[in-house]
Amino acid sequence: MNDGPNDARPVAPYTAIDKTGAPYLIGSRCSACSATHLGYFENCPKCGVRGEVSEVRLGDHGVLYNFTIVHRSLPGVKVPFISATVDLDGGGTVRGNLLEVEPDPAKIPFGMPVNVQFRSASIAVENGDGYIAHFFVPADRGARAR
Amino acid sequence: MSNDVYIVGIDMIRFGRFDDAKPETLAAQAALMALDDCGKTIHDIQAIYAGTCNGTMMGQRMLHYIGQTGVPVVNVTNACATGATAFREAYIAIKAGIYDTCLAVGSEKMGKGMLVPKNSGGTPIPTEGLTGSGVMPAVFAQMGMEHTRKFGTTFEQFARVSEKNHKHSTLNPKAMYQKETPLEMVMEAEMIAYPLTKLMCSVNVDGSAAAVLMSEKKAREAGLMNRAVRVRGSGLASDPFTERNLVMQDINTVTRLAAKQAYEMAGIGPEDVDLVELHDCFATAEIPHYENLGLCAEGEGGSLLDSGATRLGGKVPVNVSGGLLSKGHPLGATGIANIYEISQHLRQEAGSRQVEGAKVGLTHVVGLGSASAVHLFEKA
Repeated sequence: MNDGPNDARPVAPYTAIDKTGAPYLIGSRCSACSATHLGYFENCPKCGVRGEVSEVRLGDHGVLYNFTIVHRSLPGVKVPFISATVDLDGGGTVRGNLLEVEPDPAKIPFGMPVNVQFRSASIAVENGDGYIAHFFVPADRGARAR
Repeated sequence: MSNDVYIVGIDMIRFGRFDDAKPETLAAQAALMALDDCGKTIHDIQAIYAGTCNGTMMGQRMLHYIGQTGVPVVNVTNACATGATAFREAYIAIKAGIYDTCLAVGSEKMGKGMLVPKNSGGTPIPTEGLTGSGVMPAVFAQMGMEHTRKFGTTFEQFARVSEKNHKHSTLNPKAMYQKETPLEMVMEAEMIAYPLTKLMCSVNVDGSAAAVLMSEKKAREAGLMNRAVRVRGSGLASDPFTERNLVMQDINTVTRLAAKQAYEMAGIGPEDVDLVELHDCFATAEIPHYENLGLCAEGEGGSLLDSGATRLGGKVPVNVSGGLLSKGHPLGATGIANIYEISQHLRQEAGSRQVEGAKVGLTHVVGLGSASAVHLFEKA
């Protein structure tokens, strides 16, 4: 479920919108080495094979691999925020803001399950109206709220 | 006679903020200081390798201030590995037998504040802060947090790196800052990106450093072997593919690759190293780099720091210069400034911060994107 306005544009180049209007993350999978990468690649950055990489829809669930809590950022960016690195189920790693968790390192366990959700960019940056971006929410709470 | 390559002259300006300077005027100062260090002039230099991260043709412009001799100039840029890369190019040229005397110079005129990646993704609005953070403090905060995840390294341990290096800097008259920062002060400073406080981030300063390199034959002829420092190993790597590198920059693997090259070339191991200048652009980086450079086993970086082994007086002092954290980090100059520090110790000319009996020293830098250079040096 996503609550961005229907005509909102995705910000990240590795985002697409399917026929039902649902945004998703684009990945590339190499048929030679089976590596999955975030975004579009013509050739595989892992094994270097040419032309054996196909576009895939990445999963919308994963686990938190790493994070930092950013307290000082650029003008227009709402702080503090949690910058999270998430390993997606089915392959691919993506970075994004982790929402609905207190920005306290003691309350952010490595390995916590998260869902990928698309929301208005305006929740993170001042000039975000009209755009959507992917965010992470804890998998349990995200399921309850929606 | 061997075909080894030697540093015969090396120096750096005291890092600081020089509002009226340009990269080339800073480079010119360091170049003349390095030439003076070995009693040579610009007319003795056969080729120049000049590093800076902002702009090109800095080397040629430097010559406007010290003598346009018409020699080949190669301008090098490789992020924070720029200076070390320029040095390595000079080394390679002499090793190849093309020249016998080269100058490597690195210089940077820095802006104030945080380094922010350009919005190069062609996105309609900037993604910084919207899809996580790619600013340098956040990148290196995650480097630390990955170590925490794997080995339980604490905020306090990372902060102690900064306490240590700031303490070292009080003995270095060329450091930007020469002030002690007690552990509590480091931990209570403004949080930038957890676990990095402001005092755990390197200082954006202006600076330059330069080295004159010679073949063994030339150095002997010139009577410069007395203070010469032999390049034992030179490694340079780009980041190989690793699982998350395209999203979360992997600073470890690239360092290990460069270190392996340098150790293999030198035919020595980490146990032979007496002191290290490593890339502590942020305090979180130093502990993982102990492991990346083989100073301790995997996962033991935190306890190596706690043991005091990496302090001045310890078994293998690290960043006795004050490191990038306190000496300052003018990107293109850093790689050669690290080599200057090691050279001073190997020459027994490091004054009150001298590492007693230092025979072999290691320098390490990482430029994000990524490039890592590791060099090993020994007194001739």
